Amino acid sequence: MAENFQLAISHDLAERIRHHGAETFPHECCGALLGRDSASNEKLSAQDGPLVEVPREVLGLFPLVNRRDDSPRNRFAVTADDVRDAEKAARGHGMEVIGWYHSHPDHPARPSDFDREHAWPWYSYVIVSVMSGKPAEMTSWRLNDDRQDYSPENIEIRNRALA
Amino acid sequence: MAVRVIIPTPLRVYAGKKDSADVPAQTVGEALGGLTTQYAELRKHLFTDDGKLRSFVNVYLNDEDIRYMAKEATPVKDGDVVSIVPSIAGGNSGK
Repeated sequence: MAENFQLAISHDLAERIRHHGAETFPHECCGALLGRDSASNEKLSAQDGPLVEVPREVLGLFPLVNRRDDSPRNRFAVTADDVRDAEKAARGHGMEVIGWYHSHPDHPARPSDFDREHAWPWYSYVIVSVMSGKPAEMTSWRLNDDRQDYSPENIEIRNRALA
Repeated sequence: MAVRVIIPTPLRVYAGKKDSADVPAQTVGEALGGLTTQYAELRKHLFTDDGKLRSFVNVYLNDEDIRYMAKEATPVKDGDVVSIVPSIAGGNSGK
């Protein structure tokens, strides 16, 4: 049974991902999502509302350089050193790397087989479609345990970060 | 002789939520084999069906990438630390 995954992100950070995709068009952009996951079962109190359970929230971005010089229009790559840098940056802010984002220039925001072969479960994989240079649909996905498919993750855009 | 294998956050759910495991081993390959024997669910996320390390899975021995050493045959000694770090790749299926 598919789980009901939820990823919260502020409007500003979502816009930064979309802007990154437009900036690098027609090449793919990529970066790390820094944040916190609800494994800690934290409940944060919104100032003007009831207790809100934070499922998983993006609290910062770590934009990276696409290392695929050979086919940057339809591939992206982040080296292990980049991953370690992103993890270090996350730790420095009391966060962790909760996922990755990349763009699909002139292509729908759906994960490809190539994406699936190079993914791990748990991470959130955000994809922004950039059509003719303009950011379009943004989606998020998590790889299933059996590695055969992804489950969609609902993106909740918040006007401000809760943490 | 035991080495400590650091388990990356995304895979801890397959390893009893542990962040590391101490595994008896003579080589990096044995350490990874021991880890995935202990936690069988980890195996498919590290290795392909034919037993090769997945292309995006990188292994470090005390901060050195084993690709520049003897790969999985790299010898280990007591107290060494083995880290598993993904490289991230993807892209659209077109073109």
